[in-house]
Formats: sequence, C-alpha cells, structure tokens
Amino acid sequence: MAEHAGPGTRSAVITAPPQREVDVVVVGAGPAGSAAALEVARAGHSVVLLERGPYPGAKNVYGGVVYGRVLDELVPRWWEQMPVQRWVTRRSTMIMTPTQALTVDFRTQAWGGPPYNGATAHRSDLDGWLAGLAEKEGAVVVPSTVATGLLRSAEGAVVGVRTDRPDGDLTAKVVIACDGVNSFLAKEAGMFAGKPAGHVTLGVKETLRLPREVVDERFGVTGRDGVDIEILGCTGGIPGGGFLYTNLDSVSVGVVVDPHGLAARKIRPEELVAELKRHPAVEPLVRGGELLEYSAHLIPEGGYDTMPDLVGDGFLVAGDAAAMCLAAGIWLEGVNFAIGAGMYAGRAAVDAIRAKDTSKAGLASYRRMLDESFVLGDHRKLRRVPGLVLGQRVQQDYPALLCDLAQGLFHVDNPRPKPGLFKLMRRVMKWHGIKARDLLSDALTGVRSFG
Amino acid sequence: MSYGQPAFDDRMSTVDFDVAERAHITVDSEVCRSCRTTDCVYACPAKLFVPTSDGGILFNYEQCFECGTCYQVCSGNGALSWTYPDGGHGVAFRKG
Repeated sequence: MAEHAGPGTRSAVITAPPQREVDVVVVGAGPAGSAAALEVARAGHSVVLLERGPYPGAKNVYGGVVYGRVLDELVPRWWEQMPVQRWVTRRSTMIMTPTQALTVDFRTQAWGGPPYNGATAHRSDLDGWLAGLAEKEGAVVVPSTVATGLLRSAEGAVVGVRTDRPDGDLTAKVVIACDGVNSFLAKEAGMFAGKPAGHVTLGVKETLRLPREVVDERFGVTGRDGVDIEILGCTGGIPGGGFLYTNLDSVSVGVVVDPHGLAARKIRPEELVAELKRHPAVEPLVRGGELLEYSAHLIPEGGYDTMPDLVGDGFLVAGDAAAMCLAAGIWLEGVNFAIGAGMYAGRAAVDAIRAKDTSKAGLASYRRMLDESFVLGDHRKLRRVPGLVLGQRVQQDYPALLCDLAQGLFHVDNPRPKPGLFKLMRRVMKWHGIKARDLLSDALTGVRSFG
Repeated sequence: MSYGQPAFDDRMSTVDFDVAERAHITVDSEVCRSCRTTDCVYACPAKLFVPTSDGGILFNYEQCFECGTCYQVCSGNGALSWTYPDGGHGVAFRKG
C-alpha cells in the first residue's frame, strides 16, 4: 500500500467492483487540473479536485507570464476577472555575453486592451482563481491532500486514487493526472514506458519588490502595461536561459538551467541569478529590489518526443505531468498548454462517461482534440527545437557571434573605411571558430521548425 | 558585486514552510561516501545537501522546495528515498 507519493509507488488493486463514488477525480489544482475540473463540473458530472498544497498554487512556480488566448474558449471575457499584475505590451529577447547585450525589443499597444495577449500574474492568485471557477461550477476542491497512488481493477484499468487522508480511497470512472512535472501517477500508470527519462530543467527565481513608479520608469511602461524579457547567454555555459518580467510593484528575475550542468561547472543556481542581476544590461533594471520570495521548480522542457502516453484505461494525463511546456527559443509557454490540455481532458472524460465507455478507446477523443489544437500542433512542429536551443552553439557561440557582429556594425572606426556586413560576418565567425556548415545546418533546422 | 546579495539563510527566510514531523526525503550517507559527482550539492536550489568532512552528505528536509531536482540528478543507487510531504505540509509559495 502506498503511503506517500514518490517514485516507485505501486498501484493498489481493487477486487470488488469499485463503488464509483464520483465521476471524475482530478489530481492537482494547477491550471491543467482546474480547467479539467471546470469542464467536468460544467457538464453536470461530479468531480473532485485534489491538491496537495494548503491552497492551489502553493507548490507551483513559473517564469511569470500567462498567455490567455486559450481562455477565450473556457472563460468568456476572462480578462475582466483574471487576477493580473500587468498586461505584457512589450516583449524583448536579450542575447548576452558577460559584457555585451543585443536586444530585440518589440512593443504593441494592441496587447494592452481586450482581448489582450499575455499577462504577468502570481501563481497563487492565478491558480486560486482558476480553481475557484471550477468550484463555482460544482467541483469539490480538496486541498492538503496527496494522491499517493492509483487504484486499479483486476484488469488493470484505473478506477480511482488512494489519498493520505484517513479512509482516503476515492473511486472514479476517470482519473485525470495533472500532478505536475514529477507526475508519479503517470509513471505509476506506465505512461512513460519506453520514453527517454529526465528531460527537465531547473528554474530558479527571485521576486524583487520595487515601487510601482520605479518599475514603470525603468521598463518604460505606464498603467497596467508590462514587459517580458527572455535572455540567452546568461547561464555561464550551462544549457538554459534567463528571464525578467514586470509585476505591478515587483519584478521576477531568474534562470532556467540543466541541473546536471551546475555540478559540471561547480556553480549553484542562485549564483547564476546573482550574476545575471549584476550584468550591466540588467543591473539598472533590478537594482535596489528587495527580495520578496526565492523559489524554484523543475520544468519539463524535453518537448514532444519526451511526452508520455496521454490516454490509458480510465486515465488521462495533462499539463506539466505530460511534459507540455514549450521551451522553444522565443516561445516559453506552459500555462496555456496546461489549460488547453486540461480543458480537452475534461471534455473527453465527459464524452466517455456519457457513452459509458471510459476505456482507453472510449477516452481517445482527448488525443484527437489535442492533435487538432495548438497543444500538440505546436509541440509537434517544434519537436526539434529543444535540442537546437539547448545545444552548445545556440547557447554560447551564437550569442557571442551576434554581439560581436552588432559591435562591429555599430563601432565607428574611422579613418578606416567601414567593413561590409559579409566581411564582418566572416571575421566574427573566424574569431569564434564557427563553421559555415554548422551555421547553415542550424539555420535550416530553425527554418524548418519555425518557418 | 555592485550591491549585496542576500545571505542564503535570508534568501530561504522569504519562503513559507509548514514543516511536517516526517522527513519526506532521507539520504543514505553511506552510499553518498562513494559518490564522485555530488550533483545534489550544486543543483538543490534550497541548498539542503551539505558535504561532511568524512565524505558523506548531510541533508535536512525542513526547507525543501519539493522540486525533485535531487532525485533527478542523483547518481547513487538508493542514496535518496524521495516522497512528497504529507498533504498540506512542506513549502507554500506565496508568489510562485
């Protein structure tokens, strides 16, 4: 009998016919779980939403931006009620070396009004809001409760979960696992069989208090407008990247790195954050910020090829549990994929219950809905990108190349005549030992993926 | 350094924990003694793994983020016994 949730938990087999106490059990009140529970409750079926933290969001961390377009389908006029810090009207990609920074900076006021695009929000606010929506529709949210393992029928179908509450067995027609990046339930159900393991990166973040008017002034915004900066080349050669986002009266700054790379470089993650905060391009933006919260979380960044099976008998997997974080250079998204997947999982569960077939075949519409939507569409299209983006050249060589190229272009060196772009490019490539064929091959992978 | 970085204890004091009586992660220091990589010492964002002078690893579970990094990077067979804390206990991020 599993007492605690962890790797290697085993399912308990129920020999008597399950009592079917509820129609659906959703494990994890993150964005995926709450969206799933909301859809099931809305369809008039009974649903219990388990959360191991004392409140939804207690165990969750993210970079800081949620892209809300998928909410159009789930919560009409969501922007009037979502607990938002700032609306992102300015997005920057900063490519840096220890002494240089080349920034592509884009702003549009189109994202500063309905129907909006991206927003910064604290997870405790956002997750609480989404879980509250499910609760209003009739879902029963049970916090402070760990699903410690699966209940199975003699035939192996999932028929519920065991929890760490007294008499904590909860039987259901469908279990939806939204139990996060470590997803012990998906592992226990055998959904990762044959998949490469351990494609996770470690995100480490500081939330720094700065007066609202200081944030406005430093980031060049007013009102509820906000900024999202993604950074490449700030992780000391360890595969990963950095981020800097504005909240209302604070900023979130941090790095995302391959955890194995830290030991190889004998450096700790908070030291990388400190280095990033000291960078001449970042220091003027964050200086004097008082640390409000230090946090960290794992991120499933492996992409499409590392996803588990998504449908089993009586069992669906969604969100981080299904590795649905998109880490593809200019796109770093997760909450929107989690909401989309959770919504479709909830709908598939409802369809299967109505058709009285909650087997793998009966739940197959989940996979179909995901395939037809951005959730698997984007992931399939960008399946080669994690390998490209986390490779040595994109991580170190290209940031240095681009910064030196920019420096060469902007540097005024008269009385010598200005060098042409191609001459400059050849010179900089030679400095950094970059072969034309590697650059071409990476460009081709990029064009095939992003094009 | 152009301005002071918080000491690690001050950093951790910004995070709320409801510490459970049960240690949800345990470490077998005997196994750690033969470890050459000690990835956990560098990768644990809460700095919970501390090398001891006799080559073992000292671990405390109280201020754990429950991220799972340690069991992902640990190369020692059976050095770590890893579970989530019981319901309601452990870390509670206010911002996240």
